[in-house]
Amino acid sequence: MNAHNPAIVAKGDTLLSIENVSLAFGGVKALSDISFDIRKGEIRAIIGPNGAGKTSMLNVINGFYHPQQGRILFQGRTRAKMRPHEAAAGGIARTFQNVALFRGMSALDNIMAGRTLAMHSNFFWQLLRYGPAMQEEVVHRRRVEEIIDFLEIAAIRKTPVGRLPYGLQKRVELGRALAMEPQLLLLDEPMAGMNLEEKEDMSRFIIDVNHQFGTTIALIEHDMGVVMDLSDRVVVLDYGRKIADGTPTEIMANQKVIDAYLGVAH
Amino acid sequence: MQPAARADKAAMATTAAEAGLADTFPKLLIHNAAALRGRPAIRHKDLGIWHTWNWDQVLEEVRAFSAGLSTLGLQRGEKVAVIGANRPRLYWTMCAVQALGGIPVPIYADSVADEMAYVLEHAEISIAVVEDQEQVDKILSVSEREPRLSYVIYDEQRGLRDYDHTRLKSFADVQDIGRKLFAEDSAASANWQASVDQGKGADLAVILYTSGTTGRPKGVMLSFDNLIVSVHNGNLFDNLGANEEVIAYLPLAWVGDHVFSYGQSYVAGYCVNCPEAGETVVEDRREVGTTYAFAPPRVYENLLTLTMVRMEDASKLKRRMFNFFIEHARRWGEKILDREPVPFHARFVYWLGDALVYAPLKNRYGLSRIRVGYTAGEAIGPEIFRFYRSLGINLKQLYGQTEASVYITAQPDGEIYADTVGKPNIGVDIKIADSGEVLFKSPGVFVGYFKDPERTAETKTADGWVRTGDAGFIDDKTGHLKIIDRAKDVGKLSDGTLFAPKYLENKLKFYPNIKEAVAVGDKQGFVTAMLNIDLVAVGSWAERNNIVYGTYQELAGHRQVYDMLAEHVAEVNRSLAGEKAMAGAQIRRFLILPKELDADDGELTRTMKVRRSLISDRYASLITALYDGSKEAAISTEMTFEDGRKGSISARVAVRDMPVVGAVNPMGQAA
Repeated sequence: MNAHNPAIVAKGDTLLSIENVSLAFGGVKALSDISFDIRKGEIRAIIGPNGAGKTSMLNVINGFYHPQQGRILFQGRTRAKMRPHEAAAGGIARTFQNVALFRGMSALDNIMAGRTLAMHSNFFWQLLRYGPAMQEEVVHRRRVEEIIDFLEIAAIRKTPVGRLPYGLQKRVELGRALAMEPQLLLLDEPMAGMNLEEKEDMSRFIIDVNHQFGTTIALIEHDMGVVMDLSDRVVVLDYGRKIADGTPTEIMANQKVIDAYLGVAH
Repeated sequence: MQPAARADKAAMATTAAEAGLADTFPKLLIHNAAALRGRPAIRHKDLGIWHTWNWDQVLEEVRAFSAGLSTLGLQRGEKVAVIGANRPRLYWTMCAVQALGGIPVPIYADSVADEMAYVLEHAEISIAVVEDQEQVDKILSVSEREPRLSYVIYDEQRGLRDYDHTRLKSFADVQDIGRKLFAEDSAASANWQASVDQGKGADLAVILYTSGTTGRPKGVMLSFDNLIVSVHNGNLFDNLGANEEVIAYLPLAWVGDHVFSYGQSYVAGYCVNCPEAGETVVEDRREVGTTYAFAPPRVYENLLTLTMVRMEDASKLKRRMFNFFIEHARRWGEKILDREPVPFHARFVYWLGDALVYAPLKNRYGLSRIRVGYTAGEAIGPEIFRFYRSLGINLKQLYGQTEASVYITAQPDGEIYADTVGKPNIGVDIKIADSGEVLFKSPGVFVGYFKDPERTAETKTADGWVRTGDAGFIDDKTGHLKIIDRAKDVGKLSDGTLFAPKYLENKLKFYPNIKEAVAVGDKQGFVTAMLNIDLVAVGSWAERNNIVYGTYQELAGHRQVYDMLAEHVAEVNRSLAGEKAMAGAQIRRFLILPKELDADDGELTRTMKVRRSLISDRYASLITALYDGSKEAAISTEMTFEDGRKGSISARVAVRDMPVVGAVNPMGQAA
């Protein structure tokens, strides 16, 4: 898991910066004039009420949507219009709000799928499971097993994910994202629909990923307690606009944020 | 020596030397490394792959770690804590410490920091070897209270990279220190060998802390002679050799694991398999195909439950096939296993069932190759016990204690009963005290409790017998020992008949309809019982028999329910009548309680054990009715609902008389 390129961006420097990004679907403005940055090695939370544009923001970052205005710098370079798989190859991995796994495949195969981009052997070798393909499989399987060990899911390695409880499916999904050894990991509501124990487990894994692998993490989350505990910095969106940006303590004291969450008399 | 003479000789031996064996575990390891070179000693599944170490490789690992420990300053007689799950390195630690004349002290890995601190303190631990960050954190959190503790050594690196490493070392680092020592110092190898040679059979091998239900845990000191002779006799008893495969998954600090996964393996030379994680044991066991297994009853219960749940999801055809063959196995399986005469037809169907159901099932359990399987620790339900035996699994019962280096009694092959714990093991003598308490004498009798001569004297009699604290008797028919209860809970009827409440209650509770039972009789003229129905079992029975009821209380008081439970009690009485020591303790009268005994009401402990004194106070009016001959009694008591609200319940409860089976003295004035 140490195959990141630490030389490119040092810890604490800006890994990704969003500059004046606007996104509209026809007449609906999803994001307007948003700027913020994500620093190498931090956990950055994106929060906001329903419909604030959080998931749109994530989709812009990983290339699923293309903003009409503004630009995105990743590792210091302006990013051209790119497709999600190009973003993935560039080191951005994500998990989804709804679990998006191959339900009929085992946990192991799902995580193995996360390594597709790192596999280079010829399709025909792979078909034969022989020669370079086999050697490659062994190397990648080892990486995947390390992730399985890390996420403590050895017992369900061979269970089809469709049969797993929700909390474990989320963990497998995190495993698949980790298998890409990303520079930047995007987590879209990793704790939605979980009970307290599952949330605690997931929080611990997120912190461990960040500490141990040094992976930069951007996460969307509704549970304020979780956000405030986990993140280094928080950006708050409301109706597609950025209304606040700062450390959890600053955010909690920010009047605009309080108004956005509790509503205000007009 | 002739093989035949060897077993006899073993029965006499009280030291390893007399049994013709190397007298310490490090010496055994050196012997195995030469005699069993190239054969597997231990395996560990890591990152999905089984890794194997042969005996000669284990010796190299142990030697390196051992030399590393001596460089860190471990002296003879010093204690080393071993904390974590079943991993090769932790087993090696024990041998490495023993090679230097140190004493390993395995500690339960799930104990909280405070409990751990007590043992670290009491055992005067100087070095702790632990599995991972979790254990390191626990130890560091109490380390300022432990001035003796000089180093903490860990196996798993994860999460520990940024810790202060002045007193923290990784297992591999310590081994490197040792390897460097051997490479640079030509005398090091001889010094290490000299240190191993200095060890004697009478030396302390290990201190095992018993969890102790009351008071602080006690440190049971066992010598090499204790362990080596006991496990050697155990191996002879079951004919265990170097070809066995076992899986190590029970706590290191438990004497059972120490004997099965360490002692017996070193003496017999068999291979120990360490699973990947606690949750993967079933799958890992299947991959290994263990030949010798040891588990408390709950492990077998869980496996059976898992099977039944899975079968609910199976297709109709599979379910019918399963039910048909399991029923067939229930009738004939045990007879076939015990080599009794069985008609050809039944044998043929059993063979078919084996191909279609039993063999795949055993494969799932990882018990395809099992030769000897033990259950111990507590009573196993006869239904569960018979289920496994009917599939052809040689499941047996064993009775043991830490103070005995495990072995007291075990069931020999072919003499298996669901309700006995077997005959004395080779070299073990047992006797029953007048109080009913079981006493034993064996080569495995512990040296003493560490720093606690008072309790040692309480447990060991002057002439060498050890009190087990359990009450039991020798069954006439089989000659086997039966354990009935903790000795302190055993009372006597007014005519002096032994009264063991838990023994009766267990017999009653094995019926699915009876959820809880309380036997009464200490200092009374005869035995009575208060029962709780199992709402699920009795409820579904009521549904099938068109019995209408509104509440638990109504169902519990129903005449037909009484009739059904009366049959169960009559069966229990019949089985008691067959046991000389227990025939007088038949149940003369019983009643069904109108409410469930509940931990929320304080009637049960949180681990579901009956609180006798509280129940006899709260239900005093019912107990009076049981003994004054009345046919009915009124009771009014408080109960706590799930949401914490309190309510009261009042009812009239019927009392049922039961006939007594066989010739018993006519004491039942009320009957």
